[in-house]
Amino acid sequence: MSTAEALVTADGTPLKVSLARATRRSKIRALMLVVPLFVFILITFFIPIGDMLLRSFQNELVGDILPKTVKALENWDESSGELPDETVFTAMAEDFKVAAENKTIGKVGLRLNYEKSGFSSLFRKSGRRAKKLEPPYKEAFLEIDKKWNDLEYWRIFKRESAKFTKSYYLAALDVGYDEAGNIAMKPEEKQIYLNLFLRTLKLSLLITALCIILAYPVSYLLSTLPANKSNLLLILVLLPFWTSLLVRTTSWIALLQQEGVLNDLFVWLGIVSDDGRLAMIHNQTGTIIAMTHILLPFMILPLYSVMKTIPPSYMRAARSLGATPLTAFVRVYMPNTVAGIGAGSILVFILAIGYYITPALVGGTEGTLISNLIAYHLSTSLNWGLAAALGTILLGLVLFLYLMYDKIVGIDNMKLG
Amino acid sequence: MFHKKTLATITISAALAATSFSASAETEMVVVSWGGAYTNSQQKAYHEPYMAENSDIKIINDDSAAEAVAKLRAMNEAGNVTWSLVDAVASDAIRLCDEGLAEEIDFDTVLAAAPDGTPATEDFGELIVSDCFIPQIVYSTTFGYRTDLVGDNPPASIADVFDLEKIPGKRALEKRPIGNLEWALLADGVPVEEVYDTLETEEGLDRAFAKLDTIKDQVIWWEKGAQTPQLLADGEVVMGSTYNGRLFSVIEEEKQPIAMMWDWQVFDLDGWIVPKGAPHMEEVMKYLKFATDTQRLADQAKYISYGPARASSAPMVGQHADLGIDMAPHMPTNPENAKNTLLYNYEWWADNRDDLDERFQAWLAQ
Repeated sequence: MSTAEALVTADGTPLKVSLARATRRSKIRALMLVVPLFVFILITFFIPIGDMLLRSFQNELVGDILPKTVKALENWDESSGELPDETVFTAMAEDFKVAAENKTIGKVGLRLNYEKSGFSSLFRKSGRRAKKLEPPYKEAFLEIDKKWNDLEYWRIFKRESAKFTKSYYLAALDVGYDEAGNIAMKPEEKQIYLNLFLRTLKLSLLITALCIILAYPVSYLLSTLPANKSNLLLILVLLPFWTSLLVRTTSWIALLQQEGVLNDLFVWLGIVSDDGRLAMIHNQTGTIIAMTHILLPFMILPLYSVMKTIPPSYMRAARSLGATPLTAFVRVYMPNTVAGIGAGSILVFILAIGYYITPALVGGTEGTLISNLIAYHLSTSLNWGLAAALGTILLGLVLFLYLMYDKIVGIDNMKLG
Repeated sequence: MFHKKTLATITISAALAATSFSASAETEMVVVSWGGAYTNSQQKAYHEPYMAENSDIKIINDDSAAEAVAKLRAMNEAGNVTWSLVDAVASDAIRLCDEGLAEEIDFDTVLAAAPDGTPATEDFGELIVSDCFIPQIVYSTTFGYRTDLVGDNPPASIADVFDLEKIPGKRALEKRPIGNLEWALLADGVPVEEVYDTLETEEGLDRAFAKLDTIKDQVIWWEKGAQTPQLLADGEVVMGSTYNGRLFSVIEEEKQPIAMMWDWQVFDLDGWIVPKGAPHMEEVMKYLKFATDTQRLADQAKYISYGPARASSAPMVGQHADLGIDMAPHMPTNPENAKNTLLYNYEWWADNRDDLDERFQAWLAQ
């Protein structure tokens, strides 16, 4: 419209342009304020996590350390049923001499040992004698170790010399390669991770549910008591929250173990006999009790802050319109607290799904979670690729559940305070 | 790769921040060890006498040996190694050596000879299990039991650990296959020379797991060395495996009603490795010559009940510094205790660890 075009500011620039300029400036200013936090999160969070996730399929090690062998192996047909020819062994002898000099040969052995037992000593042994190797190399290698005569080792060697690997993800899903090199479920006595993922999900959901049940009355009390009493109660909620996680976990051990406080009390009261003391720790019960207690404040606090904003007049209005106390509570009060339940549940559930110190200490064998295995592969077995694959799957699982939650409940419904 | 650079920047800036506080002329060596009583024994036996002689050296203790392998790998990838010396168990040392993360040591030039002139390689003998690893102590994983809970029938052999009729009650075992599988076979009557050959076969492995199955629901699995002494003291278990030094302190220092069962104790080694590219390499080597000589290794046994790794140190082991009791009878290497002993087959475990860990974890979860 012509009237809109006619609008100009005092210095003659069109109003539209001037407005755009002003908002852009304030946008840039806002952005500048966010930059430090953004850079911080990028460096300390996204880059390390991204780098770790890449390890779940990156597999450059073998090709970097034994380049000639990997190239020569490309021409070997693994389905031929025959060992690679002398050219591969010659390339390997050259690579091994360099790698033994650089002390990198053991790394390859450790990497391939994840796929099959025996690679570690095979490479260490061959590397040690690499300097003295003389042609014909095939015989020389076979003389060092008869495993070089085994086609399965060669198949794995070739498969894992590719730049990218599936093997970590397969292992994380209890799938592996059989002796012929086909992908198949692992034998039952070696299946671990799928069960653990399921158990982690189940326990996290159960703990979240328990937290809701326990936190709801406490939060209600907190939000309805007069200030002086509710403050005291709030301190009681926060005090354990501020106490060290390890202290709280070990206290549960002292309370729940068979010669512990609770069992002593039960025996004294005659609820259980001295021989029939309850096993409440080093099993799932222990994990559930300790984690519910530790995560409870994460449910109480959002619930409390939401309940605090519900005016008491709502309930009075419902009652005066003829609702019974129960109806008024269910139909008026509860729907108003959904936002708090949602926020608390997400907090508790996501924390629970990644918990590992508490289950490690009180969980025994049936109460450990997937994060315990991730920690184990990071710090003990040093199979970082597998740890990364497990972590990526867990991350994907959480994101998927988050999207489901958004679809069903709606993330806008969440309220932290 | 960009992550190397970022990691390097972070560690460099951290290192800068650390050094700016100590701008003196002395050399600071970061020595990584296990913390607690163990680091204390090294502080008294090695670090303090060395610093008294060399006033330009300052030794800083870092207690993160438990995560040392993972951390060393990360430091190496970042290209910034800040540790000068790391205390590691033998299997980790072999692994670090394989990965090229530890320096190889020329034993006879770096280390002091025994007082009678025996070269270091002979004095340490077969305990040199890797080119990168200087053994300090021999420790053992063995059993402790509650004297008041087992009645007149104390456990006397490894078979009793698996005998629920003779000794009912819970046991504590380490949550890993290493050691437990060997014990299961020994208790099942396999001669010690055949243990690893038996484990090599599928039937042998099944046999070991079947033996473990017989006590599975009576086992509390531990991950940290302090757990078993605590479980024993609380009466949660009647017996349990742990490191002999832990048992020594709960028996002799805390006077708990616990006794040792040494049958088929499993020997393991703990010692030094020098990280590849460690700072102050020259000073580290000088320090190692001092800290691993015959007298110093014998001195350490005054503070903790682990056996010195040098043959020449054994006769010099004296009394506990505070308790004043003779330490020799508490050493795992003492002939009275060492009637039946097993030394890990490191090579075999290096090959089979990944595979058996997996099977063990799955077995636990069943």
